[in-house]
Formats: sequence, C-alpha cells, structure tokens
Amino acid sequence: MLVMKEKLDIILSSFSGEGRELIPVLQKIQEEMGYLSPEAMLYAAEFLKIPPSNVFGVASFYEQFRFSPVGKKIVMVCQGTACHVKGAEKVMNEISRHIGIKEGQTREDMEYTLKGVACIGCCALAPCITINDDVHGRLTPKLIEKLFIKKPVNKKTNE
Amino acid sequence: MSDVNIIIDGIEFKTEAGKTILDAALENNIYIPNLCHHPELLPTGTCRMCLVEVEGISSVVVACKTIVRQGMSVLTESPLINSTRRATLELMHVNHKQDCTNCKKNGICKLQEVTAFVGVNENRLKLLRKTKPHVPPDNSNPFFNLEYDKCILCGICIRTCNEIQGVDALQFAYRGYHTIVSPFLNQTIKDSVCESCGECVVRCPVGALVPKLTSIPSREVSSVCPYCGVGCGILLGVRGDKITNVTGIKESPVNKGRLCVKGRYGYEWVNHSERLKKPLIKKGENFVESSWDEALTLIAKKLSKYKGESFATFSSAKCTNEDNYIIQKFTRAGMLTNNIDHCARLCHAPSVAGLAQSFGSGAMTNTIDELGKAGCIFAIGTNTTESHPVIALEVKSAKKNGSKIIVANPREIDLCKFADIWLQHKPGTDVPLLMGICKAIINNRLEDKEFINSRCEGYSEFKETLKEYDLKNVERITGVPAGKINEAAKVYASMGPSSIIYAMGITQHTHGTDNVLAISNLAMLTGNIGKKSSGVNPLRGQNNVQGACDMGALPNFFPGYQKVSEENVIKKFENAWECKLNNKTGITLTEIISAIDKKKVKALYLVGENSLLSEPDANHVKEALKKLEFFVAQDVFLSETACLADVVLPAASFAEKDGTFTNTERRIQRVRKALNPVGESKPDWLITCMIAQKMGVKGFEFSGAKEIFDEISKLTPSYKGVTYERIDKTGLQWPVYDKTHKGTPVLHKEKFLTSNGLGRFAKLNYRPPAETPDKEYPLLLTTERSLYHYHTGTMSRRVDGLNVLNREELVEINPIDAEKYSMKDGDKVSVESRRGRINAVIKTTKKCPKGVISMSFHFFESPTNVITNPAIDPVAKIPELKVAAVRIKKI
Repeated sequence: MLVMKEKLDIILSSFSGEGRELIPVLQKIQEEMGYLSPEAMLYAAEFLKIPPSNVFGVASFYEQFRFSPVGKKIVMVCQGTACHVKGAEKVMNEISRHIGIKEGQTREDMEYTLKGVACIGCCALAPCITINDDVHGRLTPKLIEKLFIKKPVNKKTNE
Repeated sequence: MSDVNIIIDGIEFKTEAGKTILDAALENNIYIPNLCHHPELLPTGTCRMCLVEVEGISSVVVACKTIVRQGMSVLTESPLINSTRRATLELMHVNHKQDCTNCKKNGICKLQEVTAFVGVNENRLKLLRKTKPHVPPDNSNPFFNLEYDKCILCGICIRTCNEIQGVDALQFAYRGYHTIVSPFLNQTIKDSVCESCGECVVRCPVGALVPKLTSIPSREVSSVCPYCGVGCGILLGVRGDKITNVTGIKESPVNKGRLCVKGRYGYEWVNHSERLKKPLIKKGENFVESSWDEALTLIAKKLSKYKGESFATFSSAKCTNEDNYIIQKFTRAGMLTNNIDHCARLCHAPSVAGLAQSFGSGAMTNTIDELGKAGCIFAIGTNTTESHPVIALEVKSAKKNGSKIIVANPREIDLCKFADIWLQHKPGTDVPLLMGICKAIINNRLEDKEFINSRCEGYSEFKETLKEYDLKNVERITGVPAGKINEAAKVYASMGPSSIIYAMGITQHTHGTDNVLAISNLAMLTGNIGKKSSGVNPLRGQNNVQGACDMGALPNFFPGYQKVSEENVIKKFENAWECKLNNKTGITLTEIISAIDKKKVKALYLVGENSLLSEPDANHVKEALKKLEFFVAQDVFLSETACLADVVLPAASFAEKDGTFTNTERRIQRVRKALNPVGESKPDWLITCMIAQKMGVKGFEFSGAKEIFDEISKLTPSYKGVTYERIDKTGLQWPVYDKTHKGTPVLHKEKFLTSNGLGRFAKLNYRPPAETPDKEYPLLLTTERSLYHYHTGTMSRRVDGLNVLNREELVEINPIDAEKYSMKDGDKVSVESRRGRINAVIKTTKKCPKGVISMSFHFFESPTNVITNPAIDPVAKIPELKVAAVRIKKI
C-alpha cells in the first residue's frame, strides 16, 4: 500500500491538483500502472479534491480507461467487415488456442490480454490484429504460431 | 431585488428579477411540466420537459435555467414545444418499468403527473426499441431500495447528495446507453460512502428510490426527534398503534425538513417487543410483573425511610421538560434533598459552569440557522457529522456560501474534508491551542479593542498570562505548527462574523471548564459574541439535555438556574410549592456514585439513564449500585442498569406523551402524543406524580403536561412568556420574558447576563490530562460516537437497519500502529486500561493519528466505559472520558 502511494505521488507530481486535470491524471495513472485501480482512483480523487463517485463517473464514460489490470501485450483482433469475411473468427480461435485465454481475458502471468475490437482500420491487410502498437496483417495459422510463444502449463486466467 | 414584468401565455405578471421562468410560472399557478427541477436544488435542465418559447429567441429554451427579463414574453405550449416534449417523454417511458399499480410512488409520481399533462402515444411507444438492458435493483441498504429500471436519470438524488448532504455518494456512471446512478466503483449503496439519510429518497420524483417500509399512515402528528440535541421537527406517521414513517417538517426553523438516518428511519424501537409493559418487582434473583398499585405502595413505603441526604435522583435528558420538572420537584419537595443530577454532568457540565462564569449563561449563544451565514466557523472538539448531523449540514452550506471553516480535532473527522484549516492537536491540549490562537490574534493586532473595553473585564490580567503561550511553546505542546495557528487566528479574527461550535472534545476532560473558558476568551477577544452568526455554541448531546438543565435537574439549581443556596430563591419555591425546602447544594452524578459506594446514599431513583454503559470506570459503578438498599428504575426498556434495580417502572416513550423538549439552541418545542402508551406504561411525569401522591406529598395533582408547563413558566423567568399555544407551530428560544416577547435568538446582544453585565476574561494554565500513555499503557484511548447509533444504544440498537449499518464496536487504529502490533482489519483484540479490559474488533484508518485509538460507547458487548478514566474536572465534576491510557493485544 505504501509502495503504491509513493508510486502515485511520483505520477501526480507533474500536476497541480486542480479538478480540471482529472482526465490527464487518469491517463497518466493508466499509462504508468496499466489500469485504474480503486486505490489509484481514490488517491486521484483526494489529490484533485473531487468526490470519488465523480472520478468513477468520468472514468466509466471513456472506453480508454480500464478498471482491471491488463497483460504486457494487448492483442486486439479486428472484427470489422473485411476481417470478418477473411476469417477473423478463426484468427481469434487460433490465437486463443495458442495463448490459452478466451476473448476478454488476461493471462495469469500478465503476459497477454485478448480483445475483440470493431475495426482497426487496416482492411487491406485483413485479417489483421494489433499487439500493443504493432499491426500484423494477412494472418495465416503459421504466422500466428510465429507471433505467439507457447502457452505455459498453468492455464488459470484472470477475468 | 427589483421586480420585472413578464408575459406568460399572454397574461402579464410581476415577478422578482433574477428568478427563472419556471419559478415565476409555478409561483403564479401556471404549470410547466418538469421532472428534474427541485426547489431546493440548483437547476440543471436535463429532463427537457420545461421547454418554452421566448419571443425573439428562435429555438426553445429550458424554463428552469432561463432568467426572466423585463418585458419577456413566454409561451408554455406550442406545436413545437408539445411535439418535442412528447418525444422526449416517450423515450423516458420506453426505459421506465411500467409497473404503476404496484409502484410505491403510485399517485405521487412526477412522471405520472407530467405524462397526464403532456400525453404519450401508446402506438408510437410500441415501435420504440428499449435501449437499456435490465439492471437488477440495489436492495443493499436496510432502509431503502434503488430500482434502476424506474430511474429517469433526472439527477435529483445526485444533486441532493452533493448540494444538501455534501456526501457525494452518487454520480452518473457508464454514461451513454447504459447510464445509471452509481456510487464509486458501482459499489452497492450499503458499501458506499452513503450515510443513509434518505434525503434522496424523499426527493426522488419516481419509484426509483423508495423506502423499504412504505405503509401509508392514516394520520400524522407533529413532534420533535428523540435522538440528539438538534431537535429536528418531525411528522410521525401513524397507522393503528404503530409508527409507519417519519418525515422532516419543512417549516421547522431547525431542520427545514432535513433529517439524518436515525431521525428518519430509527423509530422501530417505539413498537419493539421488548418495551416494558408492566411494573417489575425483584423477588429473589428475578423480576416478577406486578400491578401499579403494588409497585407504588412498595416504593412509597421504602422511599419514606430515605428522605434527605441518603436519597438521590438521576433524572433524564431524554424526558420532557414537564417530566424533569416533576422529577426535580419530587426530589426537592418530596424527598427533601438537592441530590439530583442527570447525564449533562457527563457531557456539558463544563459549558454550564464555564459559560456561566464568562457570560452569565451556559447555553448556545446563537441559532443553528445562523451558522450557514457565518463568515468563519471554528469547529473544535466536535465530530459534527456523526453526532449532530443536521447541524453539520449548516456547516457544509456555510462552506458553499463561501465561509471559512477551521476544524480543530486530533482525528481526521468528516468535516476536515470541508475545512480550510485543520489543526490536528494532541488530545487534551485544547487550552494551549486556544490560548495560542488568542496570542496570535494579539500579535497580529486583530483584537476588537472597543468590544474588550466596553463589554468585558479582566483583560489585562488575561493578556499577562498569554506570555506563557508563545507560539513555539504552543507548537511543542499541541503538535500544531505555529504557522498554522497563526493562519487560523487571522482567519477567525478577520473573517467575521465567526462562530465557534464545540462539543464533547472540549468538555470531557479534567480541564473541561478551562477549555470552555478558553473558548469564551477567544470569542470576547475578537468581539465575536452578541451578534448574528457569531458566538460560542456548545452542541448539546441529548434531545432535551438543555431542557433538563433548564428545569433544574441539577444539584445546585432550581428551574431557570436559580441557585438553591440563595435565601430569596428558597423562599420563592417554598411559597410556590407550599413546603419546606433544603438549601444545601446537592451532590453531582459522579459524586452520587461514590456516595453510594460509601453507603452515604442508600436509595436511588433512576429515570431513563443507563449508567452502566455511560459512566466511566463502569465496573466500579456496578459494584457501587449493588450496595444500594433500595433502587427504583424507570425506563422504556429493561436497560443494563435497570437490571440491578429493586423495582422497575415502565415509562411511555416520546411518541406516547405530550410535553416539550428544549433543543441545543434553547428552542422550546412541542412534543405530541401520537400513540397510546404501550401496555401499562405511563408518561414519566405521571409516574413520579403517582409516587409523590402515594407518599402523601402535596402539589402533584396534575391533569396533564400543559398544567405542569403553566407552573414551569410561572416559576422560571426564562420560560415566563412561553405557553403551549405560542409554541404550537414553531418553538420559541429562551429567554422569553413575557407573553408578547418573541424569544431570544442571539444572547448577550447589549450586555452579558453576568451580575455586572460584563463578560469576564479568564486566566488559564495548561494542565495535561490526568492519565497519559506510558510504557505499560502506551496508547491513548479517545471516545467518539457513530452516526448510526445513539449513546448506550437503548433505542438505536433496537432498530434492525441501524444494526446492519453498524453492528459492532470497532476500535479505530492508525495503520502504522496496527502494523506494529501485527494486527489487521477484523482482528479481535482486547483493550485494557488500569481499570479493566474489554474485547472488540480492529479497524485500521488513517483518520486516527499515530498512538491514538478510538472507540464509541454504544455497544454493551464492548462496554468502553469499563476502561475510561473517572478522574474529574474540579469545577464541573465531569469525568475525563476523552483521554485514557490503554494497551491492546490480539486475542
């Protein structure tokens, strides 16, 4: 808990503590800590002198904010029209088989989070995915196998 | 403000400038449909129902947010308005669970009202797709439910929680298609910071927030809340012989309709099955039910043996003025002793003594309502949010109005959130802190010289003693940085009118009277007394503790603080009561306990007190009470203390009798009988009168509370002008000098009530608490109260919902201390002092400073007062309940 507090103090040190900084503060916390934990949101509320309920109200509006931790690699599988036609479902199943988690889950070793998204805008490369900021297109089962290291023995997952 | 002329639907009206179109229309009886509007809340314009057209503006505007202008012409209906309203309303209906006949708000629902006016088209509704999925209701709170499927997202609950309550438990979350009203993290209401006051439930326009118990009353009786000293006006809803609900009275100048969780939902105890219904006589080890006659005969026979100094009475601050008057009259005229006292000894005896010394009168100098308009509020030694919730609302509203809030408290109490300055002094260092502030005021030349010269005495001697309190020295003793003290001094002295509120944190010390005197010094030094929104305001604890003091349930005073030792006073009462009276000042509550222990007092008449939980060093109290030769207890329940009695008499509750309570701001208010007494229970005054009559004492032939009150006003100068007729609607604040006098909201306006009319500065020396932590007992125990319970829990522990919200004693401890003792939340621990040991559960919180633990005294399972310190203040004889040295151990 104390370690968390020190970490947050460093994160918040570049802000002045005014209410209007809420969104940048939340973004910075998420950037540094991977997600918005209840403790971090309470700390931000105290720092910005905003009721915690308001912080949650704002954070829950934006798709960009996460309330649970995500893996080091966030895999987004495009499910747009082009990818759908080109077998996005198979891609999803294949990746799922390789990394051992289902859509929407995070692997227990915090290595991967798997998500389906509407469209990532690379229809020419369909079927495509992103791993963090990198786009991988025209996927085949072989390419998928190359992209992902074998799943560990322990199959437990975090929702 | 000036007036403007506006035209609504072709009719001309005059209205105040600055008003909104909606307010102007509603005031003139023109209906404009509205859902998110509430007269006590700021407008947001979210429901889009109050759309109107204004001449010269091309689009429609929301009437609730548009301010009237001279000559403005408004149309409340037009084809454009109607179609827009209808479309919006239809969208609301699509997502609203259509369950009107079952709904608890049926008939009082604003959505029904607006729909009836605007009209919706059933066929069009069928074509609309429901956008929101079903969200299961939140039934976690013991007193009310939140049904999301009926919520119209007007935001009234959110604004109430923010603007009225200052709690901010709720906010819109998941905005968009899935918007709901939600606490932080979408927790359940029970797990959130919600204080269950129910203000949002009262204001919810639809069936989304509804109380769990909703039988509709057949009649309503106006009365006063029986919990704390704030004295909120309440309407008791009654159906048959049961209370169905409690509503705050909007017209009450005290609470303006607002209530806290106890006041609104904590009434179940009145109809509780454990209420005493028949007199009980102890035969052998057990109580046996008896007839009134048998009990009274026994009491009369026994008590006549103990007339004089071997008898004592504990009266009750929960009882009415009439009850207390009769009880003290019986003690003095019937039992010929002044040995009468009540629990004010344990709370505000130092205020009575200290303020009488400085100002000549020991009560709140100003009115609750004035707090909201103060320039600065200095809250010292009061956890107002927990102990006086409705007064805390005034403090919060003052903050909203721009006033500065200074909080002095060792613990990080809720008000700290609203404070501009928080002085975290060490427990028991109030005198140096306050004297330090005085010193800083003089250093900054901010004292009110004119006020000091014309209204006060003893200033130069007082100033001389301030030399000891140089800020560096004060910083060393109190632990508060000198800079902060200086800052607080400047704010208090220059932001006036400044009002001081204080409570047990000031009084429950061996130097309680000194603390009060220090507060008086500070107020006089800056001239912050005798004018509106200033003053020295002790927040009294019990619903009628002010009244019990006023009525002379004290060992040294007759009603109206007329001294028992003064010859002309004795004469006055001897003439009035037609009997001989004892002029020897009686002994105090704490002294009575030791006198019982020494077998000097042999018989005790205890009304509505629960000494085994409320007195310090409770084990000692228990041992002492066992030594009594004859012990009569009178209560609504068989309390822990009443179990030790020889005879227990069943008393009627506040809802079952007529009378008056005097609240903390000296307002005498009417309490009315709403129910017939349970079983054979009777009003306290009647029981005492029956005992007196059985003993053959004259002057107790009263037919009702009103007759008693007439005698009170005859003999009590400050109540002289009060009659039941005059306080029928709103109470009056004493002193009320005659039948035409309007009462006294502000005391000490022109002069003080002291003998020479001057306020007296006091010289003060710092004395540390009687017991401080040491090697053996390294922690400091301080006591506090919980919002959800009241004192020894006789009433509140018998309300199921309150037990759900706070079910057990929690020892609050700083996480660093907890780590030191390897303890975590939920661990069972023993807390031990030199006087005893009790068990409770640990709760870690940063709100507790290091080295300090804090407990309440509501729970008989963890009787905190077994371990508190009975050392007393030499003047007021109050025990030091706020500081004791303890140690804790995991068990």
